[in-house]
Amino acid sequence: MSDQEDDIILSELETAELVLQMHDDLYDGLKEEIEEAVNILLERGWEPYQVLTEALVAGMTIVGNDFRDGILFVPEVLLAANAMKGGMFILKPLLVATGAPRMGKMVIGTVKGDIHDIGKNLVSMMMEGAGFEVVDLGINNPVENYLEAAVKEEADIIGMSALLTTTMPYMKVVIDTMIAKGIRDDYIVLVGGAPLNEEFGRAIGADAYCRDAAVAVETAKDFISRKHNQLAAG
Amino acid sequence: MSDVLSRLLNERDWLMADGATGTTLFNMGLQAGDSPELWNADQPDKIRALYQGAVDAGSDIFLCNTFGGTAARLKLHDAAHRVRELNRLGAALGREVADAADRTVVVAASMGPTGEIMAPMGNLTHEIAVEMFHEQAEGLKEGGADVIWVETISAPEEYRAAAEACKLAGMPWVGTMSFDTAGRTMMGVTSADMVTMVGKLDHPPLAFGANCGVGSSDLLRTVLGFTALAPEIPVVAKGNAGIPKYVEGHIHYDGTPELMAEYACMARDSGARIIGGCCGTTTEHLKAMRAALETHPAGPRPTLEAIAETLGGFSSASDGTDGNGPEARTRRRRRS
Repeated sequence: MSDQEDDIILSELETAELVLQMHDDLYDGLKEEIEEAVNILLERGWEPYQVLTEALVAGMTIVGNDFRDGILFVPEVLLAANAMKGGMFILKPLLVATGAPRMGKMVIGTVKGDIHDIGKNLVSMMMEGAGFEVVDLGINNPVENYLEAAVKEEADIIGMSALLTTTMPYMKVVIDTMIAKGIRDDYIVLVGGAPLNEEFGRAIGADAYCRDAAVAVETAKDFISRKHNQLAAG
Repeated sequence: MSDVLSRLLNERDWLMADGATGTTLFNMGLQAGDSPELWNADQPDKIRALYQGAVDAGSDIFLCNTFGGTAARLKLHDAAHRVRELNRLGAALGREVADAADRTVVVAASMGPTGEIMAPMGNLTHEIAVEMFHEQAEGLKEGGADVIWVETISAPEEYRAAAEACKLAGMPWVGTMSFDTAGRTMMGVTSADMVTMVGKLDHPPLAFGANCGVGSSDLLRTVLGFTALAPEIPVVAKGNAGIPKYVEGHIHYDGTPELMAEYACMARDSGARIIGGCCGTTTEHLKAMRAALETHPAGPRPTLEAIAETLGGFSSASDGTDGNGPEARTRRRRRS
């Protein structure tokens, strides 16, 4: 890789060109290049939030779409997410300091009885890649874990994951508990995992079933924007 | 050719493997979240019954209840210190059942993925992965397994680590991957990629192939992908009994015994030499598969259309081997 890198000197690119190059570099999982480019955009006077949305999130959207379409696979996505993380590390304090708008916050974990967490980890990474804040509850979560964390973190979204056909029905327990407590509609509930499908998501009363991490991100964005619209209208 | 699986492969055109372990144990009362491997010590009669079920249904090979037997998995149940013991017991119960059978049955000791992502993407290094698989392999060997059966692997790095561990333990092995993402493994490996990878191993498996994944149609498409390249090593097909459906609070796999019988014959016609089931495959399915394999004459290599017509459609239009899949993004200037 390195012998050809001299071809592209990021600091010499026009800003519009640089942003497109960043999309490519995210796609190729080039962390150092992303860090360098983020700093260049900031030096050129871009707001941190603009760097986040137009350069990083837009680039990760391309990665997510190609993952959804079976063009990229987990290794490439992990590399891209890692590059994104490098950029976020620089932006995070600046975003807080400038009072940039929040994308939304998700608490996520595998359900009680289920210890399989690769899928959940991918969703966490992709959600962070899309600019969401993610609180990862880890594996094997009883209903209390989800609800306590959702309240404490003032989350917008509760995400549940299960790999086993024997653990996926527990998602309904969580949703039924939310209904009983009268808080079901306070949160967007997204579910996912290998044996699930849309029919199952509907049957248990989730807001949506997400086929993969990329779909989870798109679905989350969609629900969050609808929520904002409702707030604006109401 | 001292091992029993090689001998059987030499004598017979096809061998039948077993069905589901996990879903069968759940039906016996295993609770979600509990480690099946602990039953090798705590519920030996149920594990014997699991193995006996496959033997009685006509399986030539059955897998031992040791899928999650690496330290990486057992640590989630605070049992990482019991790797050797639980694997030895799982294999020893298998030895007992096989030795009591009135025909030759192969005790294949399952070795599943660590569940961790390998370096450089993840934290698991090759050395640690080999060490964990090796520890498990030694336990399986002590228990009297005929062969180690590596399965449901997604990453080529992990497959290679398992191969190295089997070599260190001096054990013959079989290794299958799970093709569950647009016809590839989660890590993007195509059927053709796997043939290439297996061909380069210095401790090659006795057989390689596919297990689990999506439905039986996808699995057969993968098998066709293997055999199109005419590998010298025999191919394994171990597909799920259809797709899990949520029916009135319970999970049910929608593949009937009749459908799995069709699948078994199509797997053989696709060039698989070892044919079995995976999730949702009960002894009823196995009996139907055995009967069909024994009574139906071998047919021509099935087309993808014939597979879709008989067993249902595929989960993706392409499996990455036909050049018809979606194209990768064109970078403005390639850095690499």
